[in-house]
Amino acid sequence: MEFLVATAIGMLTATGVYLLLRARSFPVVLGLALLSYAVNVFLFAAGRLAVDLPPVIRAGRDYTDPLPQALVLTAIVISFGMTAVVVVMAARAYVESGSDRVDDEAGGTGDGGGR
Amino acid sequence: MITHEIVLPIVLPAVIAAVIALTMRRDIALARTASLASAVALLLLGIALVSLASDGSVRTYALGGWPAPFGIVLVLDRLSALMLLLTAVLAVAVLLYAVNGWDTRGRHFHALLQFQLMGLNGAFLTGDFFNLFVFFEVLLIASYGLMAHGGGARRVAAGVRYVVVNLAASALFLFAVGLLYAVTGTLNMADLAVKVPEVAAADQALLRSGALLLLLVFAVKGALVPLHFWLPDAYVNAPAPVAALFAVLTKVGAYAIIRLFTLAFGEGAGDAAWLAAPWLMPAAMLTLLLGMFGVLAARRLAAMVSFAVLGSMGTLLIAVALFTPPALSAGLYYLLHSTLAAGALFLVADLVAERRAGHGDALVAAPVFAQSGLLGALFVLGAIAMAGLPPMSGFIGKLLILDAARDAFNRNWIWSLMLSTSLLAIIGFARGGSSLFWKSASFPGRLDARQPMRAALTITAAALLLAANAALVVFAGPVTRYLDATAAQLFAPSDYIDAVLGAEGGNE
Repeated sequence: MEFLVATAIGMLTATGVYLLLRARSFPVVLGLALLSYAVNVFLFAAGRLAVDLPPVIRAGRDYTDPLPQALVLTAIVISFGMTAVVVVMAARAYVESGSDRVDDEAGGTGDGGGR
Repeated sequence: MITHEIVLPIVLPAVIAAVIALTMRRDIALARTASLASAVALLLLGIALVSLASDGSVRTYALGGWPAPFGIVLVLDRLSALMLLLTAVLAVAVLLYAVNGWDTRGRHFHALLQFQLMGLNGAFLTGDFFNLFVFFEVLLIASYGLMAHGGGARRVAAGVRYVVVNLAASALFLFAVGLLYAVTGTLNMADLAVKVPEVAAADQALLRSGALLLLLVFAVKGALVPLHFWLPDAYVNAPAPVAALFAVLTKVGAYAIIRLFTLAFGEGAGDAAWLAAPWLMPAAMLTLLLGMFGVLAARRLAAMVSFAVLGSMGTLLIAVALFTPPALSAGLYYLLHSTLAAGALFLVADLVAERRAGHGDALVAAPVFAQSGLLGALFVLGAIAMAGLPPMSGFIGKLLILDAARDAFNRNWIWSLMLSTSLLAIIGFARGGSSLFWKSASFPGRLDARQPMRAALTITAAALLLAANAALVVFAGPVTRYLDATAAQLFAPSDYIDAVLGAEGGNE
C-alpha cells in the first residue's frame, strides 16, 4: 500500500508540475488542482497509513492519527477556494487581454508603458 | 488576569471587514470611516502591545483554552509586537492615501484591506505552522483581490501570475508541513523546538528536507533570488496603495525565516542547527545584487522602487543569514526602515504618475507638472533613505549591518557587496530623480498645472511614512535597545518554549 500511495503522490505531483509549466490558464488551473490533490494525499500519509481504523482516540482501541485528517480537511477547503479565485481571475484576464497565456508573452513586461 | 488584547489584532480587522462587506457596500464614506478607525485602533493596539512585550516576557493566548501542543496558541513576544506595530503604521498611511479615490476604482477595497491586515497580524502572532499556513492564505487571498483592484488587462494578467506563483508555493508549504509532522509528530513551533534535537539519525534527511522546503516557501514570499521573478511584475502592476502595503508582505517571509530558524532550527537543534545559513547567505547576496542592478535598469519609477524592495530584502537577509544577535538586531532595524521607505516611495511614484498625464511615472523628461517641487522633495528623502545615505534611517541600518558583519568569515564579500550596491542604488535613484524633476524643469511647456483637488491627504500619507522613517533616526537609541533585546530573546528560545508549553490554561 505504501508503494501505491507513494506512486500516486509522485504521479499527481509530476503531472501537476508539467501542466503548470504549460503556462496557459486552463492547464495551469488543472495543474494546481492536481498539485493540491497530491498535497492532500501526502498530508494524509504523514500521519502513517492505517486501514479500517477510526480517527477517534478511545481507551483500549486502536486508532489512526486524527490530526492529519483535520489538516487535510482545512487544506481541501482552502485549495477549493483558491482554485475558484484563480479560475475567476484567469477568465477575467482572458476576457480583458484576449490571451490565455499566463506567462509574460502577451501582457508584455511590467516595465514599459503607463498604468 | 485575562489578556485578550493579544487576540484583538486578529479579531478586530476580521469583524470590521465582515461588517464593511455586509453592511457598507454602497456607502463608501461609512466604509472609509470604519476602515480608518480600525487601522488607527490597530496602531494604538500595536503601541500597547509593544510596551507590553518590552518587559521581555513572552505572553501566550490559548484559543478555546486548549493547552499548547494540542490547541492553537498565539504568542506575543518582542518580535511579533514590533511587526504588528509596523503593519499598523503602514496600514494607516495606505488608507489615508486610498481614501482619496483609489478605493472607489473597484469594489470591496476596504473589506479586502482589513482581511489582509487580519492575515498579516495572524501570521505574526501564531505559534504553530499550520496556522501560519492558514494566515498566509488569508492574507494572500485578500492580496489577490487587492492586486486586481481597479482592473485593466495588464493588472489582471499580472494578478494571475501572482496567484499562480503563490498557489504553487502554498502546495510546497503543505508538503513541508506534512514532512515536519511525519518526522516530529507536532506542528507547534515551541514543541517543534523541543522535538527537533531528539529526531533519530535515520529521519534527519526528512527533517532537513522539510525545513529547507519551508525555507524555499518563505523565500518565495520574501522574493529571494532565484524565486524573486514574480515581485517586480506584481508590484509594478498593483495599485499604488496596495503596492505600498505589499512592502510589508515580503517582510512576512523574512519574519517566518527568522522565527523558524532561530526557534526550531537554532542553537539547540542538534545536527540540524543553523540549517539555513549556508543556503540563505548566497541567495541574499544575489538578491541584493540583482535588486540594485534592477534599480539601475528600471525605466519606470514604480519598477525602480520594486527592485529597490528586492535589494532591501537581500540586505535584510544577509543580516539574518549571519545568525548572530547583533546582526539580527541590525537586520530588524533595516526591516523597519526599508518597509517604511518602500511604502513612501510607492506612494510618491503614484503621485508623480497621476500628475504627468500621458507620461506616467516613466523616467523621461516631460513638461513640468503640478507640485513638482514638493514631490521632488519627498522623492529625494525617500531615495536617500532607500539608498542608505545619511541622514535618513537607511544609513544607520546599513552601518549596523556592516558593523555586525565585522567578525564574519565572509566579511570582505559582505562589505564590498553592500557598499558597491549602495553606490548602484544612489546612481539609479539620482538618474531617475534628475530626469523626473530636474530635466523636466527645463523642458518647454507645462502639463496642465492646476493643483489637483484634495491632494493634501495623499501627500500627507507619503509624508507620514517618511516622518516615521525619520523618527527611526531620531529615536535610534531606544529603537536599537529594543531590537537588541528582541535579538537576544530570539537567540534564547527557552523563554518562548517555557511560556508556550508551560502555559496550561495560561490565559485564565
